[in-house]
Amino acid sequence: MKVKVHVTLKPGVLDPQGTAIGHALGSLGFAGASNVRQGKYIELDLAETDPKVARETAKAMCEKLLANTVIENYAIDLA
Amino acid sequence: MKIAVIVFPGSNCDRDMAVAVEAISGHKPIMIWHRETELPKLDLAILPGGFSYGDYLRSGAMAAHSPVMREIKARADQGLPVLGICNGFQILTEAGMLPGVLMRNRGLKFIHRPVTTRVENHQSVFTRGYQAGQVVTIPIAHADGNYFAAADVLDRIEGEGRVAFRYCDDTGAVTDESNPNGSARNIAGILNETKTVLGYMPHPERVIEPLLGGSDGRALFESLIGALS
Repeated sequence: MKVKVHVTLKPGVLDPQGTAIGHALGSLGFAGASNVRQGKYIELDLAETDPKVARETAKAMCEKLLANTVIENYAIDLA
Repeated sequence: MKIAVIVFPGSNCDRDMAVAVEAISGHKPIMIWHRETELPKLDLAILPGGFSYGDYLRSGAMAAHSPVMREIKARADQGLPVLGICNGFQILTEAGMLPGVLMRNRGLKFIHRPVTTRVENHQSVFTRGYQAGQVVTIPIAHADGNYFAAADVLDRIEGEGRVAFRYCDDTGAVTDESNPNGSARNIAGILNETKTVLGYMPHPERVIEPLLGGSDGRALFESLIGALS
């Protein structure tokens, strides 16, 4: 199955890259864009057909490597 | 005395580190490739600066899972002193050997210039060669040096005397202006619970003699060598 992981900074963690993107959007004339937060998207194929097992495996991947849970949250989608 | 410098793909301060260690200790360190799974008997392991794995995913994230790190962790648990400089500090946090994380600098830019840091704990094996509150000038060279940890973690490490160095101005005052990267509470270096693992963002190996622009880094190595011999 296809595993899709979104990794985002936890609320409250300063995101200077998101802030810079927000400034750039403003200078390009996109008024009204605020609270820009940058994250990561990771997808992979997993040789597993049981969604429950796949989710558990993906969760372990996030905890061990894909996200740094000190500063990041992750969301897993299976397809 | 057996000192190892661990080399990851993308390390680039490993040879500077080896030169500094040999110049100060008189012992040539052994260079250990990251794929090694067995280590000889060691008195000190050093994770040098650089851009291991091109900083893929997060700085230090890939190197933290290198085969050699399992052994480094196990040895550190048994009391082996481990020094992580710059990328080495990032690797130690990603490996869970030090708390917190080093995020992108608040100004987003890679910064390379001498900075002043104040010695906060002068009783560890790494810092006993410095005076309490001494201000040392040592260069930084990083894009991800913005130390972050949850407030309760920061309170705990401060309470346990585990902040080794803080960014400060020339007089030793800890100010926001003297904080180059936005680090929480101006933290530049921290120790683990047993104070035998140090992560430090500046590069002491680059300032071991006046000809190189300063010698404030010497005392760190002298502290270690004195403590280990």
